[in-house]
Amino acid sequence: MKSKYEADKNGYYGQFGGAFIPELLFPNVKELEDNYLKIMESTSFKKEFTSLLKDYVGRPSPLYFAKRLSAKYGANIYLKREDLNHTGAHKINNTIGQILIAKHLGKKRIIAETGAGQHGVATATVCALMDLECVVFMGEIDIKRQAPNVARMKMLGATVVPATSGSKTLKDATNEAIRDWIGNSGDTYYLIGSVVGPHPYPDMVARLQAVISEEIKKQLQEHTGKSNPDTIIACVGGGSNAAGAFYHFLDDKDVELIAVEAAGLGVDSGESAATSVLGDVGVLHGSKTILMQDEYGQVIEPYSISAGLDYPGIGPLHAYLNESKRAKFMNATDQEALDAAYELTKIEGIIPALESAHALAVLKKIEFKENQVVVVNLSGRGDKDLETYIKYLNG
Amino acid sequence: MFFTAGFPQLNDTVAIIKGLSKSGVDFIEVGLPYSDPLADGPTIQHSSKVALKNGINLDIIFEQLKSIKEKNKTPLVLMGYLNQLLKYGEERFCEQCVACGIETVIIPDLPMIEYENHYQKLFANYGISSVFLITPQTSEERIRKIDALTDAFIYVVASASITGAKGEVSPQQIAYFERIKAMNLKSTLIVGFGISNKITFDTVCNYVNGAIIGSAFIKFLESKGAENIDRFVEEIID
Repeated sequence: MKSKYEADKNGYYGQFGGAFIPELLFPNVKELEDNYLKIMESTSFKKEFTSLLKDYVGRPSPLYFAKRLSAKYGANIYLKREDLNHTGAHKINNTIGQILIAKHLGKKRIIAETGAGQHGVATATVCALMDLECVVFMGEIDIKRQAPNVARMKMLGATVVPATSGSKTLKDATNEAIRDWIGNSGDTYYLIGSVVGPHPYPDMVARLQAVISEEIKKQLQEHTGKSNPDTIIACVGGGSNAAGAFYHFLDDKDVELIAVEAAGLGVDSGESAATSVLGDVGVLHGSKTILMQDEYGQVIEPYSISAGLDYPGIGPLHAYLNESKRAKFMNATDQEALDAAYELTKIEGIIPALESAHALAVLKKIEFKENQVVVVNLSGRGDKDLETYIKYLNG
Repeated sequence: MFFTAGFPQLNDTVAIIKGLSKSGVDFIEVGLPYSDPLADGPTIQHSSKVALKNGINLDIIFEQLKSIKEKNKTPLVLMGYLNQLLKYGEERFCEQCVACGIETVIIPDLPMIEYENHYQKLFANYGISSVFLITPQTSEERIRKIDALTDAFIYVVASASITGAKGEVSPQQIAYFERIKAMNLKSTLIVGFGISNKITFDTVCNYVNGAIIGSAFIKFLESKGAENIDRFVEEIID
């Protein structure tokens, strides 16, 4: 049975989605739209994808019962350890899948946008693996605050192009990637890192990340004898790790889905990225969704300490989950995320990425019932954020 | 001619339209500055950023255009991004267009299918036509569909890229213009993207009905201001 949360043939989730692209991109997007499902459902793709996820990425990623965290919050908290993947985050699931699709389409040059640099690194990695040219667009500000990831991308052979327009962060890196794609449409494949962009990207990326929830189901069955948790918590910038963690539970009404956005300095501070609270309906990066904008539709520059959540929109699936109330949207400030990162580090010995720390930060805002089974998607590891963490420690 | 409303100064819009009108251009494309102009190159992006910093917005632009509605005889075409219409309110946007005497709009991120499903009727109610773009990669079937769909001109994108001056016309581009010309379309054909001087303008006008000059004019405005526009135009049209 087709899920009611699956995109329709034009890429719509309710009123959200679609493909709002300049004519210049039509042939590329159409080519992908006509082929992505065929490729993904082929035996050869499935075989190669599964084998690379297993032997190259290290999947399945563990589902870890966090005993001390559980004791502290009075719930049974499991961490889905996407941080243990090769390259340090869930992003690699998507890049492995899309690089196989790009190869299938005969593309020679790969472009990508990146915020925290995790998607850039994951893209540069698979390009090295497949011997394809790689160009990554990254906001000038993000290049400064995520220096280790910039170095990794360069070492992997990618060209890192600074995006100097607008807020010089993820939104602008995405604009630059789209402009490059317009100018080099024939041989270039745009490897989008989240469940955003024109159809079919949101659906394609969600399907590739769905391995996260597929594994959660199996692993939870082994741990608890039941495949469904009571609650799943994931952070949302564009929303790819959340889409992956929610995917196989979307139709299971008894599973509560919690999406956590970055509140920055506070939702009403003017320095925030909490799109579901501050945004309304509009078109951003090729899809209809909710986004932060002023009364004239000019996109408002978001803010978060976390470069991966610093985005003025959310993917159209999430806009729909929010509108239909299938998912509950919460948020965490910079400070709450930093506190949560330190807490996890101290009591479980795991340094989370700042993005994932936002998901952890809402644990203290929820009243759990006894033995409530909660899965937090630990989307990435914190190595890239050490500089920020050290600053916090000292100050 | 294309220019960005509110650039280089907030209130230059009227002076630029008057100047262009006086120098005999056939129509004037008014760019509505947007924060995320995906289809525009660095020059127009920059002009949009400056205009927004100057404090321009849709209400001010419509007031500026209303103030010269009676005197201005050169048709105006608005070019903006879909999110600007969505947020402003599609009906309200159309009403304002009518009040300013505008009958043609270019929305580069409004694809044909969305136009057919959601905008064609609305625009028709207000007597507004939407311009569609075609590129060297657009299939003949799709070009014919666009030709049937629009009452406005067809915007022939000179090369598969974002806006910005290239300075010359390549043999591949000539072949592309010839191919489009041979299709005998009902719509007027106007070339844009990369038309920057007399040579490129004259060359493309051998194949199509006219051309839009954008980035080169923006650069002129930036260095020379809204005065002496006729000098820029004279250098291109004899």
